[in-house]
Amino acid sequence: MEIAVLSGKGGTGKTTVVTALSELAKKVIKVDCDVDAPNLYLFYKGMDIEKKNFYGGKKAKINNSLCIHCEICEEVCKFGAIKNSEIDSFTCEGCGACVLVCPQHAIKLEDEKTADTFITKTEKGIISRAIMGIGSDGSGKLVTYLRKNVKRFVEDDTITILDGSPGIGCSVIASITGADVALIVTEPTKSGLDDLKRILELSEHFDTQVMVCVNKYDINPGMTAQIEGYAREKNLFVVGKIPFDKTVMESVNTLKPITDFKDSIARKAIEEMWVRMNSLMVIKELQNNKKI
Amino acid sequence: MKIVISATGNTKESLLDKRFGRCEIFQIYDTESDSYEFAANSGVSASGGAGIKAAGQIIDANADVVITGNLGPNAYELIEKAGIKAFSCDVLPVCKAIELFQKNMLTEISNAGSAHHGMN
Amino acid sequence: MNIAVLSGKGGTGKTTVSTNLAMTLGVSYVDCDVEEPNGFIFLNPSIQRKEDVFVEYPVINQQKCVLCGECAKVCQFNALAKAGKEIVVFEKLCHDCGACKLVCKADALSYGKRTIGKLESGTVKSIDCYRGVLNVGEPMAVPVIRKLLGDLPQVDHLIDCPPGTSCNVVNALKYADAAILVTEPSEFGLHDLRMAVELVKLYKIPYGIVINKDDGKENMVKIFCKQNDINLLGAVPYSMEAAVLYSNGIMLYEDTSYKPIFDGMSEKIKEVFQWR
Repeated sequence: MEIAVLSGKGGTGKTTVVTALSELAKKVIKVDCDVDAPNLYLFYKGMDIEKKNFYGGKKAKINNSLCIHCEICEEVCKFGAIKNSEIDSFTCEGCGACVLVCPQHAIKLEDEKTADTFITKTEKGIISRAIMGIGSDGSGKLVTYLRKNVKRFVEDDTITILDGSPGIGCSVIASITGADVALIVTEPTKSGLDDLKRILELSEHFDTQVMVCVNKYDINPGMTAQIEGYAREKNLFVVGKIPFDKTVMESVNTLKPITDFKDSIARKAIEEMWVRMNSLMVIKELQNNKKI
Repeated sequence: MKIVISATGNTKESLLDKRFGRCEIFQIYDTESDSYEFAANSGVSASGGAGIKAAGQIIDANADVVITGNLGPNAYELIEKAGIKAFSCDVLPVCKAIELFQKNMLTEISNAGSAHHGMN
Repeated sequence: MNIAVLSGKGGTGKTTVSTNLAMTLGVSYVDCDVEEPNGFIFLNPSIQRKEDVFVEYPVINQQKCVLCGECAKVCQFNALAKAGKEIVVFEKLCHDCGACKLVCKADALSYGKRTIGKLESGTVKSIDCYRGVLNVGEPMAVPVIRKLLGDLPQVDHLIDCPPGTSCNVVNALKYADAAILVTEPSEFGLHDLRMAVELVKLYKIPYGIVINKDDGKENMVKIFCKQNDINLLGAVPYSMEAAVLYSNGIMLYEDTSYKPIFDGMSEKIKEVFQWR
């Protein structure tokens, strides 16, 4: 079972939900797909049992000893990545057009290391994560790799939780693809609703079971009602409504999951949400089996 | 007839991989000689369009049939245009999948699975 | 002068800070977080211009095509493939690099155009507002960002950037003369702020930090600024009140208790960036 926790907008409390759910589930593996801002591992003391270089793309390299500064490559590069026979690796998209036109065969495409990937072993199971190089591309391929990299630790009753990245771009698409459940964490703000609509539009392209969670629902009851109405319209379940809770700030700052705070009202709401999510997943499974 | 199976390993007992574009290995079974060949899937290393790259490889290998889990829309389009028939199968040993195919017990894939937008 | 507003982490208040600052400074506001452009919700400008953003993709003349397959071989993005008796084009994968045309010997390749997003601009209270919007399901945001920032008139702009330190941010930063990094005083905020600082340093432009959801204490971000000799440009206090204003799409700048905070921030920005 793979659950992708997503949010259109950043900062809606996705990581708080992920850390809480992984305490509630029995056997958990976590994948931090938020490769731009990978924060999940900060919560856990663990040991890196594997570190690998990840080559996410290609970049052109000019061999200076062969280059005659004819500047044909500069003219052909549609990305403006070549100036004075030097390649700006941030702008180069690795298309290889320059390689094709260079009369001196002085340019080559080389694999570019774009990230370090880690398998981290913690008391609460394995975390698969990466640290990307600054300005690096190809995060969709990286997310696919991070998910694949934990497959060998997955057993039948393991729940894999993906901490997805914000937005609707390629890394989010790679987080949803093939996941059983997408839990979208949103907040009752105008931006939250707007972003929720965009991510739902995206998730309609996938045969993933979509559930919605409204965080800090009580800061704007009117907007929460709008979100619930929108979800109903789309035939989606709002599985959880988490109240504004100052303990969450404390949880983040002390790097302890919210489930550690006995009196937290947010914790109670997430526990209830987990029960609802489980029943929905069971129903879906029964429906699937019937089909077969 | 040449049958290509997306697989997790290179023995005939290896399990079928339900992913097409990013499976590790393609096993190529030749019905006439009853023999297996293996090829690493070149789609694995593609940063985008893995399914397209993998489909291209299968087309070049002159396959008649492909057995996999799901095909993305891009790979499906190519395979269909090249006249290769695609069949869907559960995670089973490769030899078992071939047996089911030969007994006509696999479903033909007639439309593409979930859209990946080519960025998987 | 183009001032980029960045944050390592999403949801730190980048849009809150940049919309309110644009109003305070009286400069134009540019939303280049094209995957999730939210600034217009707060500013609510009347849209005067709309323009589609196009990218090109190869079109094969099947009559002229000799099926050599060179175009497919040379495409690094797998946007072209040979299947049986035709070359198939996958538009969404195309980066519009032109390599395929370079190798086509049969002159069978030309380019068509398709829309991947749009640019919108308008004004509110004599402030010009611009934004780019990426169509849902389109994987590549960079062409929209480039078009948006490349076409801006030569006046002062505040650029609301995408979160993180990815390719989108790098492409936005290329147009910046100075940067404001927005963060919040938490372990997460500081962790991602460090990455954002590393990125901005590469561009050798002046920069400073704004703390959102500030607790008023000598917190970890303030200590980080001191230790690394980075200018603290201002701090927006944490309150339920601010959260409620935000959730209704109301500008903090319009609230009397927040106005002085942004006025002070503007002064500090002018001083640090030696502007005007």
